[in-house]
Amino acid sequence: MPNGHSHAEHYPGPLHNPPVKGAAAGVPHHAGHEHHPKLQHHFDSMDQQLEASYLGMWVFLVTEIMFFGGLFMAYLMYRWANPSAFQEASAHLNKAWGAVNTVVLIVSSLTMAMAVRSAQTGAKAKTQVAWLVATMIFGTAFLGVKYVEYSDKFTHHLVPGPHFQWTGQYPAGAEIFYSLYFMMTGLHAVHMIIGLGIMTVIAVMAWRGKFDADYYTPVEVSGLYWHFVDIVWIFLFPLLYLIGAHYGAGH
Amino acid sequence: METVSYLNDGHGLKSWLLTKDHKRIALLYLVSITAFFGMGGLFAMFIRLELLTPAGDLLQAETYNKMFTMHGVVMVFFFLIPSIPAVLGNFLIPIMIGAKDLAFPRINLISWYIYILGGTFTFVAALSGGVDTGWTFYTPYSTAAANSHVVTAALGIFITGFSSILTGLNFIVTIHRMRAPGLTWFRLPLFVWAHYATSLIMILGTPVIAITVLLVGAERVLHLGFFDPALGGDPVLFQHLFWFYSHPAVYIMILPAMGVMSEIIQAFSRKNIFGYTFVAFSSLAIAIIGFLVWGHHLFVAGQSVYAGLIFSFISFLVAIPSAIKVFNWTATIYKGSISLESPMLYALGFIGLFTIGGLTGLFLSTMGLDIHMHDTYFVVAHFHYIMVGGAIMGYLGGLHYWWPKITGRIYAEIPARIAAGLVFIGFNLTFFPQFIAGYLGMPRRYHEYPPELQVWNVMSSAGASILAVGYAIPLFYLTYSLFAGEKSGADPWGAKGLEWEIPSPPPTSNFEVTPIVTHGTHQYEPSREVGIA
Repeated sequence: MPNGHSHAEHYPGPLHNPPVKGAAAGVPHHAGHEHHPKLQHHFDSMDQQLEASYLGMWVFLVTEIMFFGGLFMAYLMYRWANPSAFQEASAHLNKAWGAVNTVVLIVSSLTMAMAVRSAQTGAKAKTQVAWLVATMIFGTAFLGVKYVEYSDKFTHHLVPGPHFQWTGQYPAGAEIFYSLYFMMTGLHAVHMIIGLGIMTVIAVMAWRGKFDADYYTPVEVSGLYWHFVDIVWIFLFPLLYLIGAHYGAGH
Repeated sequence: METVSYLNDGHGLKSWLLTKDHKRIALLYLVSITAFFGMGGLFAMFIRLELLTPAGDLLQAETYNKMFTMHGVVMVFFFLIPSIPAVLGNFLIPIMIGAKDLAFPRINLISWYIYILGGTFTFVAALSGGVDTGWTFYTPYSTAAANSHVVTAALGIFITGFSSILTGLNFIVTIHRMRAPGLTWFRLPLFVWAHYATSLIMILGTPVIAITVLLVGAERVLHLGFFDPALGGDPVLFQHLFWFYSHPAVYIMILPAMGVMSEIIQAFSRKNIFGYTFVAFSSLAIAIIGFLVWGHHLFVAGQSVYAGLIFSFISFLVAIPSAIKVFNWTATIYKGSISLESPMLYALGFIGLFTIGGLTGLFLSTMGLDIHMHDTYFVVAHFHYIMVGGAIMGYLGGLHYWWPKITGRIYAEIPARIAAGLVFIGFNLTFFPQFIAGYLGMPRRYHEYPPELQVWNVMSSAGASILAVGYAIPLFYLTYSLFAGEKSGADPWGAKGLEWEIPSPPPTSNFEVTPIVTHGTHQYEPSREVGIA
């Protein structure tokens, strides 16, 4: 007999199970909600599904913090060991491009928030797509600036490795700084590219009218991810670009 | 006509490889980790064969280095870490909390594929010549010195880490959001608590090893400088980052086994756990304190003495929640109505071996003693008592205990008891002599040693062959039970708990209706005991 509670009369198990069979013995499937087409079979309600997705994304972002945390730890240790070298090396980064990118990313977070809001309030598909595409444009602009900066580093032999050249006082510390610079901004850029991929999928879904006031989870959790990647940059910008701002003033 | 269960609900390879059912995914993991266990065991066999004689006669030093490295990499990352969580946890957590599946079934399947992809990289690394850095990948061995396939193997570990992260994420969300009505936190089975604590370590620790091996890879391939002293980098930073994950990783291995123990001991003593709340919180305490002890691996690495003192002290603290568990299990057994079926034999073995492993850990967390015993076979014996004597005994005990639930079949009890006995005897014969050899000064990771240490090594190698037999026997009678085993009822052990209320094997959706839970699991009360089969 496929009913799992058939032996309940033998002993009092944790199930409070009257010997009546059928739905009366527990909570019926999806009690109190009509079956939303987006409700997956293993959830009881849309609320439960939404909360699970939220928590899932937050937990994922915690793992991301630990992931970048390892890098920030390395940065902390080496900056502490080579304070002047880090300032000297940082002075060779282009603060203007870094500042432009910071603004670009913050604006992209705004358009992302608008995309989430437009889905939540059940705005027209076109509106949702417009905000998402705007976010993608800013994200791509950020990567474009990054490309310009990286090429500049290649031409000036600032990429660590056999071709690294440093004319300042602290070649070793500078090479560590640029190793960290490429690793940190590189991994950040990888996250941006993944974010653009996610945005593409979400924009297609929005275009097809998948999201409304009842169901907008994918937009919301993608937004969380996008804001996180943005916040990582907010830390990277001063730690990499600005610490050398006054270097040389006293020399 | 057979009833429909998850096992016959859909046939063919595709129905398994594309399944989103947590129970089927658990079986995918079961098959794959068993393969990796065999592979890791094979490497161990070569180690023990080489060490039969003091001279380095069977393997060259380089080959020997590769053997112990691959043994460690495969056993740690591809067997021990996924073993209990990905197989038993995957199968049982949704059922134990009255849910139809994990919160993210698709991610669950993806995490298996990620595991297989990572495993493939490591397998390729092994086939194409192996790695010789030790499973710890210490720099500068791994960056400047080693000519072996470091990047391939490291990539395998990096990839597999995501499998672990996604499993932990899935468990955390599931335990938070999917519990049946009435199933409060303090009604949860202790197995679930242990997995919650394990998942915390998986999500907080694994990303750090991911970035660490990525840095090693970048240093090796792209010549970025992170750990190279020539650039002002610090190899010890690698050790810090590595052990920040890899010490808690030991608790990823042992905590789920502790969860299994709590279930088995209650079931086969017919008593509720003594001090439920303490046992539940001790899992969390181990997870949290476990993150603050990594420095005890660096006592001789040039770490500051004051840092060492603090790490030493915090390492001692881990003994408290560990001891709470051991004492509470013992108190649970006390005056219980004990039956010594095979899962209980593994559980009793676990208690003894884990206690020895834990107490010798105190030796090693004492700074002065550690300077004497660092990198000797004493350390090797200590962590094998935890990882093999603890984690694998727990895994095997759990596999036997839930086998009737997973497969719907009863296995042959007599060979199971013989195997449990052989594992216990073989294990002790393998690893106890290593404490002595280590204390006498035998260093780890050498393929030759002074002749006066041979007696301990011969004992150890002899024990390893018994252990191998003990591990091989279950393969036969468990497989045999699939075809010819007696069919199991819903609760063959009279164990109680949600997972024992549904048929064996469970239907695909686990529960016909979401259960309402009114009290904790395993409510054994003496007055109600009479008459329960």
